[in-house]
Amino acid sequence: MSESRSILETRAISKTFPGVNALSGVNFTLNAGEIHAVMGENGAGKSTLIKVLTGAEQPDSGEMLLAGKRIQPKSPHHAQELGISTVYQEVNLCPNLSVAENMFIGRETIKFGFINAKASVIRAREILQRMNISIDVTRQLDSYSVSIQQMVAIARAISVSQAQVLILDEPTSSLDRIEVQKLFEVMRQLKAHGQGIIFITHFIDQVYEISDRITVLHHGELVGTYTTADLSRISLVTKMIGKELTDLENLSKAKEAIQRDPAEQPFMQVEQLGRKGSIQPFNLDIYKGEVLGFAGLLGSGRSEAASLLFGIDSPDSGSIRIDQKEVKHLSPLKAILHGISLCPENRKTDGIFQELTVRENIIVGLQSSLGWFKFIPLKQQYEIAEKYIKLLRISTPSPDQLIRNLSGGNQQKVILARWLATDPRLLILDEPTRGIDIGTKTEIQKMLLDLVEEDKAVVFISSELEEVVRCSSRVMVLRDQQKVGELAGKHVNEAEIMQTIAGGAEYA
Amino acid sequence: MLKVGVAWRKISANGIIYSTLALLALLAFNIFASPGFFNLEMKEGHLYGSLIDILRNGAPLMVLAVGMTLVIATGGIDLSVGPVIAISAAVATSMIGKNMGASNLPLPLVILGALAVASLCGFWNGILVSRIGIAPIVATLILYVAGRGIAQMITDGQIVRVFYDPYYFIGGGYLLIPFSLFVVAGVYLAAWLFTRRTAFGMFLESVGVNPNAARFSGISEKNIKLVAYTISGLCAGVAGILISSNLKSADGNNAGLWYELDAILSVALGGTPLTGGRFSLPGSFLGALIIQTLTTTIYSVGVPPQVVMLVKAIVVILVSLLQSNNFRQSIAARFPSRKGAAR
Repeated sequence: MSESRSILETRAISKTFPGVNALSGVNFTLNAGEIHAVMGENGAGKSTLIKVLTGAEQPDSGEMLLAGKRIQPKSPHHAQELGISTVYQEVNLCPNLSVAENMFIGRETIKFGFINAKASVIRAREILQRMNISIDVTRQLDSYSVSIQQMVAIARAISVSQAQVLILDEPTSSLDRIEVQKLFEVMRQLKAHGQGIIFITHFIDQVYEISDRITVLHHGELVGTYTTADLSRISLVTKMIGKELTDLENLSKAKEAIQRDPAEQPFMQVEQLGRKGSIQPFNLDIYKGEVLGFAGLLGSGRSEAASLLFGIDSPDSGSIRIDQKEVKHLSPLKAILHGISLCPENRKTDGIFQELTVRENIIVGLQSSLGWFKFIPLKQQYEIAEKYIKLLRISTPSPDQLIRNLSGGNQQKVILARWLATDPRLLILDEPTRGIDIGTKTEIQKMLLDLVEEDKAVVFISSELEEVVRCSSRVMVLRDQQKVGELAGKHVNEAEIMQTIAGGAEYA
Repeated sequence: MLKVGVAWRKISANGIIYSTLALLALLAFNIFASPGFFNLEMKEGHLYGSLIDILRNGAPLMVLAVGMTLVIATGGIDLSVGPVIAISAAVATSMIGKNMGASNLPLPLVILGALAVASLCGFWNGILVSRIGIAPIVATLILYVAGRGIAQMITDGQIVRVFYDPYYFIGGGYLLIPFSLFVVAGVYLAAWLFTRRTAFGMFLESVGVNPNAARFSGISEKNIKLVAYTISGLCAGVAGILISSNLKSADGNNAGLWYELDAILSVALGGTPLTGGRFSLPGSFLGALIIQTLTTTIYSVGVPPQVVMLVKAIVVILVSLLQSNNFRQSIAARFPSRKGAAR
């Protein structure tokens, strides 16, 4: 049957970057009509494999076959022409163009030498409707949420007529549950039409829900390809990281209710703090020595609340007290000087300085708190950088490496190091574990507990409920830009949080 | 060994190496094209020669390139430096006055006055860009258009001539080598100290690379930009003093004409990306040197004046291409055998 017909095959693909064997002799086969998950830790070689498949990087050796024919994609565009389309983790569209323009950019319908905008609009609407998305395709892309933008990116990729292979690189990391289901529907539909889909994700649940086969990579080498149904979760995880998960289970002990001295004053006290269009006024006390979770669906106002606490956005109502003293006109610098740090949600746009070195990326937060003229001597900068590289196990050849050459998880660790170096009293982590592997996730979660041991306060934001539950001793629950509840102690569990999110209404 | 490797990668990544090669090629060309180009003579305790001339004539541009580098590192551009040169020259000469051999005001005050006015011009640009949010090219275009008018207002529309030897000395005097080179050295030293021995350089690069992340890191993008534009104005002020003291006059219409373009070019040739971020002051110095060497070479070889600009343009294109990674790779791909040999 067509089940086993291979459409894309790599034979002994190898790729070396300076100092790193990114891929060594990887054999990989994608069949028509299958959803094939590629799994691995950060630095396992997933990204490199995708880059090779899409022509963004040329392999050093090995060959690739598409439908039995040898191919050598020279660029992502070339790969697309050959029939390999990709949707990347971060939306790579033009926010200032309309949805329809984005879908057909570079391959517009031409009529009498001019772009036929009308035809594009109609076709865009058709394609999106097939995916059950009805939006105004003439509106600018950035007027829609990230998840809609992601769907548009996928629509664009599948609308490339000859695409036989669709690569989805972390497509679900910014989608909520319902949107993920919608995406899966689309994926199943494409699969039924005989399309091969390579699915890259960190969500193990999703892999088991949707994929037919799983290929596991580790340190650039192929561990194996397995039929999903025959591979137990625990053995998948073991294969990916080569260590047992008991570490994670030990973490859950930390969740016992904290007995607080009733006389203890909160580190930070927020009253009726709000900002129109992003979060309605809310009250919140943050104490030292606890992890306070923010839970809610995408767009519920989690990050917006954090932005107010750090002074990124200015509130239009309410007050902030730090150490019992009112702080007005909070700005990021003021917040840092008060011992507050925020590790932002969007690593690429708000976190890293691509063209700067790991050392500079680590030191910049501390330096900005010291001001222009208390320059940290280079020697000390290296000491600090080396310290955190070791402490957080950042894998980089040297502190002088440009951060853009690091994998996503390691970049995230560098940003964490930046804020740890300022020795914060309150560390706000907005989605610190998004798009990174289980090993690093565990390390970050452990780090939270260490911080709490040191009597620091942590605000932890994650769209993975299970993670919020595991780490937090208290949880603020948000829905539709509003604080809808606060749970503490034994009430911190997935069921109660979901009930709170759902509120009185029925939970579908 | 490893350090050499790192240093080499830094240099070649900067593109400085290619600028250096271009400069060496220009100098090598002169060995054949204009005999005596490398001759240095001692006359009355001064060094004379084409090489000295290049450095002396290039001094204003070298100073200007410092400020332009910082502005470009923020991702901006300063088109107004030419007119600010004219303003600074006008202020300085007006303060000295037309007395034979004497000045109305003490020389330090004259210098301070001109620099203060020029810095104010830069500060104005900085306010427009950082506080009001006007795009740099438009914001500085305002002073570009108005600047020469302001300069002429200061001098009542006249070309002011001054007759005061201590002032001549700044741009035209010699202490073995031209005194203006000490000014250049001073400016570069100050710029180096300010950018690499305070946190300013790191903040500047942070803002240029990723303004959002800079904001999240507590860096005030506004203040960084304000300071960068102010320094650019200050540098234009220094250049204005050098130029007017060398010419012993200030011409509102022509002082510093087209200097803004040469300054931008110096920065570009020096390997600082025009999109902002990583900057290199030595690179910009080299860029200014290339432009001045090129100008001098063209004249000393006797290229007809009407094609001078064309020759300049061609050399600039060549150097820019050499600096482009993409271009070098595509050339290397065309000559696979050579590429192998080069390795």
